[in-house]
Amino acid sequence: MSDHNYTPKSKFGKWFNDRLPLLSLANHLTDYPTPKNLNYWWTFGGILTFCLITQIVTGLILAMHYIAHADLAFESVEHIMRNVNYGWLIRYVHANGASMFFLAVYIHIFRSLYYGSYKSPREIIWILGMIIYILMMAAAFMGYVLPWGQMSFWGATVITNLFSAIPLVGESIVTWLWGGYSVDNPTLTRFFSLHYLIPFLILGLVVLHIWALHVPGNNNPIGIDLKKPSNDTVPFHPYIVVKDLFALLLFLIVFAFFVFYSPNILGHADNYIEANPLVTPAHIVPEWYLLPFYAILRSVPDKLLGVVAMFAAIFVLVILPWLDTSKVRSAIFRPLYKQFYWFLVADVLILGYVGAMPAEGLYLLVARIATAYYFLHFLVILPVLGLKEKTLEVPLSLTEPVLGGSPNEAMARSKKEIS
Amino acid sequence: MSEEKKTNRRDFIFTASYALGAVGVGAAVWPLVDQMNPDASVKALASTEVDISGVEVGQSITVLWRGKPVFIRRRTSEEIAKAKDVKIDDLPHPETDEDRAKNPEWLVMLGVCTHLGCVPLGDKGEYGGWFCPCHGSHYDTSGRIRKGPAPTNMEVPKYEFVDSNTIKIG
Repeated sequence: MSDHNYTPKSKFGKWFNDRLPLLSLANHLTDYPTPKNLNYWWTFGGILTFCLITQIVTGLILAMHYIAHADLAFESVEHIMRNVNYGWLIRYVHANGASMFFLAVYIHIFRSLYYGSYKSPREIIWILGMIIYILMMAAAFMGYVLPWGQMSFWGATVITNLFSAIPLVGESIVTWLWGGYSVDNPTLTRFFSLHYLIPFLILGLVVLHIWALHVPGNNNPIGIDLKKPSNDTVPFHPYIVVKDLFALLLFLIVFAFFVFYSPNILGHADNYIEANPLVTPAHIVPEWYLLPFYAILRSVPDKLLGVVAMFAAIFVLVILPWLDTSKVRSAIFRPLYKQFYWFLVADVLILGYVGAMPAEGLYLLVARIATAYYFLHFLVILPVLGLKEKTLEVPLSLTEPVLGGSPNEAMARSKKEIS
Repeated sequence: MSEEKKTNRRDFIFTASYALGAVGVGAAVWPLVDQMNPDASVKALASTEVDISGVEVGQSITVLWRGKPVFIRRRTSEEIAKAKDVKIDDLPHPETDEDRAKNPEWLVMLGVCTHLGCVPLGDKGEYGGWFCPCHGSHYDTSGRIRKGPAPTNMEVPKYEFVDSNTIKIG
């Protein structure tokens, strides 16, 4: 981390801090210089931390009442809903919390895409974030299997069968994942174990993500490097803390709306039917946050290539810092990128929509075009755009566009005093 | 210190230690990996016997074997003719109907789509056989893939007629 000439005031504090510098860490987090122009899109890091803690706490409680067994899981979930004190609330918060977590993470990722937060020197932050995102998808998928409803069972069947596309060893891998010849009790118990583990892996990665963030400091809407601390920054506490908390309150209104007014709208009615290995529901769809990838999977008519395309769609995100060749971070100064950015947003939303529709006719055609455009954006448009695009002039500091002229702070300050 | 890159006794000891260490770690990790494979109780449920005396011509039954559905269909003569009538070159996964149904009246196969494992619906699809609702694979009256993303025909498990009314699967 950075500049620590901090000394605790009390004698005990000094004694303790010399042995374990927790107070220095607290001081670093409080004084941490933050760009003063951060907008509300930057509050989602805090919101995501809240989501993770909410999922861990509610999940811990649900695990006290849930029974991971193929014959008992479905009934134990109903037991939680009907008998356990506030069980309905805790389960609905956990189930909708997963959706809220993904809502926040998608905003967080698209914020990063718009303002170029993944670019040098923040590549490691971005990659850690992508690993977190992949773990979130794994955790969400396994969590969805635990109630052992029809969608749980058939979702698990379809997703684990993706691995059977691997040549030669595919079938053995699937049998190994299942612990049998189909999704059954051994699959359920191991998913429960892993579903319990992953949030703590995510927690560890979040610590690394924030640690890596605190080395260069936050990116900002202008996307320029700031002198820290300076006129361009404010201390994290109270400025950013209060802004994050206000944004969290607004986010909680949306969260509470889902939990209290439409707790099942993001789920599927089929999951209130107990798992039946003899009958596949007529229309299998994953949860909304996985739909774009599902659409990519289905748009390729070949089994292996479909699976490869789906994983490639995630992988291009991981290597994004090296695909985007532009030195300018923020889309504010990239007139063409700004347009392509919104095309990409639209493309992903279209993929999400067709992912929820049957894979036939016009939907399939649209899915194929949208899949092609998705890869075109990352593999062709971004590398070429960075070399060809004529970017706008980037200011030297945050105060410069207002105060004019010089990156020299003292001069900028004196101009301010004059006016 | 000499600059020569000569293999000496110490290099040999390093390499030997790393190699032994790798073997040791591998041996210790294998049980942790292999415990996830099917256990003895799962493997013990290897075969099942099915009474087919109540199945009329044109009817199918579905039974569970190793956690998977098995379709047992008593085919009509039109279905058999249709299945035999196909040119082998037209099939994405070429198999003759004779190879798939030893006794042509009875088709026994895993009711599992070879794409991503859903259970196809009977008497549906463009080839009068099965249709998988998940991702749109069409199978013919012999359970062979004809159209859609599934790569192979529905699998025929090992089975035998114990007597004229009983099939043993597995």
